[in-house]
Amino acid sequence: MNWVIQNLGFISSLLTDHIVFSLVPVVIGLVIAVPLGWLANRAGFGRAVVVNLAGLLYTVPSLALFVFLPVILGTGILDPVNVIVALSVYTVALLVRTVADALEAVPPLLVDAATAMGFKPFRRFVAAELPVSVPVILAGVRVAAVSSISLVTVGSVIGFGGLGQMFTDGFQRSITAEVVAGIVLVVALALIVDGILLLIGRALTPWDRAARAVAKGATA
Amino acid sequence: MNFLGWLFDPAHWSGSGSIPQRLVEHIGYTALTMLIAIVIAVPLGAWIGHTGKGGFLVVGSANGLRALPTLGVLILLVQWTGLGLLGPLIALVLLAVPPVLAGTYAGVRNVDASVVDAARGMGMRGRDVLFGVELPNALPLIIGGIRSSVLQVISTATIAAYVGLDGLGRYIIDGLSIRDFPQMIGGSILVALLAVVADLVLAGLQKLLVSPGLQTAGTGRRVRAVATRPTDTAAQAA
Repeated sequence: MNWVIQNLGFISSLLTDHIVFSLVPVVIGLVIAVPLGWLANRAGFGRAVVVNLAGLLYTVPSLALFVFLPVILGTGILDPVNVIVALSVYTVALLVRTVADALEAVPPLLVDAATAMGFKPFRRFVAAELPVSVPVILAGVRVAAVSSISLVTVGSVIGFGGLGQMFTDGFQRSITAEVVAGIVLVVALALIVDGILLLIGRALTPWDRAARAVAKGATA
Repeated sequence: MNFLGWLFDPAHWSGSGSIPQRLVEHIGYTALTMLIAIVIAVPLGAWIGHTGKGGFLVVGSANGLRALPTLGVLILLVQWTGLGLLGPLIALVLLAVPPVLAGTYAGVRNVDASVVDAARGMGMRGRDVLFGVELPNALPLIIGGIRSSVLQVISTATIAAYVGLDGLGRYIIDGLSIRDFPQMIGGSILVALLAVVADLVLAGLQKLLVSPGLQTAGTGRRVRAVATRPTDTAAQAA
């Protein structure tokens, strides 16, 4: 505990880095995964290709991906950009399938109703299919965010990893308190972000709240 | 960068610290970890799934695992046990148990109730039902859990090179310390290949071991149950 109090400045700068470097990839990944998932759901053949490719990418161990990306990107091997791109790749790999599954589960009746009301395909997707898919997509985003927060720390092995530097620093200088504090902070950050995403999901799906209230009233 | 030159240099394919030796070490750590994890997780998951007691703990541990930073756990255990195999091995087992546990639990739990009823109707006792009906039916999800675990272990064993473990991760860590980037990239390619091949082999094993009745059943539900990994279902449930 003493160690934490004496190093609050160091910890808070690592924490800021950690939040940026774990959550920016989730946003990038989501923005890429939604159109890809839409495409995968549209084209039957494309679906198998996209889902299998995503599964393959998700198989590659994080440290290996951090080190290998510079070959493709032309970046320096110790460039933090590699970590951001690698985590974005994992997010896309995870979410493409989630988005495709979520869109597939949209009731055809709802799509027909939107069409009957004169919605053009793009507006129908944005105003009807996507909002209804929010709960499933959000479940995927929560998994991606928590994984990303935990995976950033691996980057500290190659010199960049936000709070993960508390692990490598604590290891080299044999300060167990630093390692324990790092683990606690990473898990706490993951839980907080997970909780915030849960609340965002509720705010985005007011109709679910109504359904929950009805269900509650029925059981009471 | 001349990583292909590093990969195909004959000097790296024989002797101490050669690619075959590192590969065998990496596979050895993974196999040992999985053996211990399966011995712990399959009976425990089957028991919890069969009795229905403590299921929330299983789902919680599988979800909580994602938040736990593997590097931190590795370093903490090595600081407690000292350098050597024991610390990393405990960390690897710790990370390998939850997916297998969740897969076995979900598999046993999700066996069609009418199938279990039919077995009981035929006069099968609790033990016969578990070994003759529930476990074979749960096999797709159990192997799915094992696949997730194996990937996690191969990945974490690579990181464990940082705390002194041998295996393919050595190339990445040792390459870094002497700024030998071709060695690092060569090592990362080997690790990625090992992970992909291991996953494919287990997918093949899944096809081989799972009863054909469960694979070719006409309903979409069965087919999807085979393809879905327990981590995915846990994500949906969360």
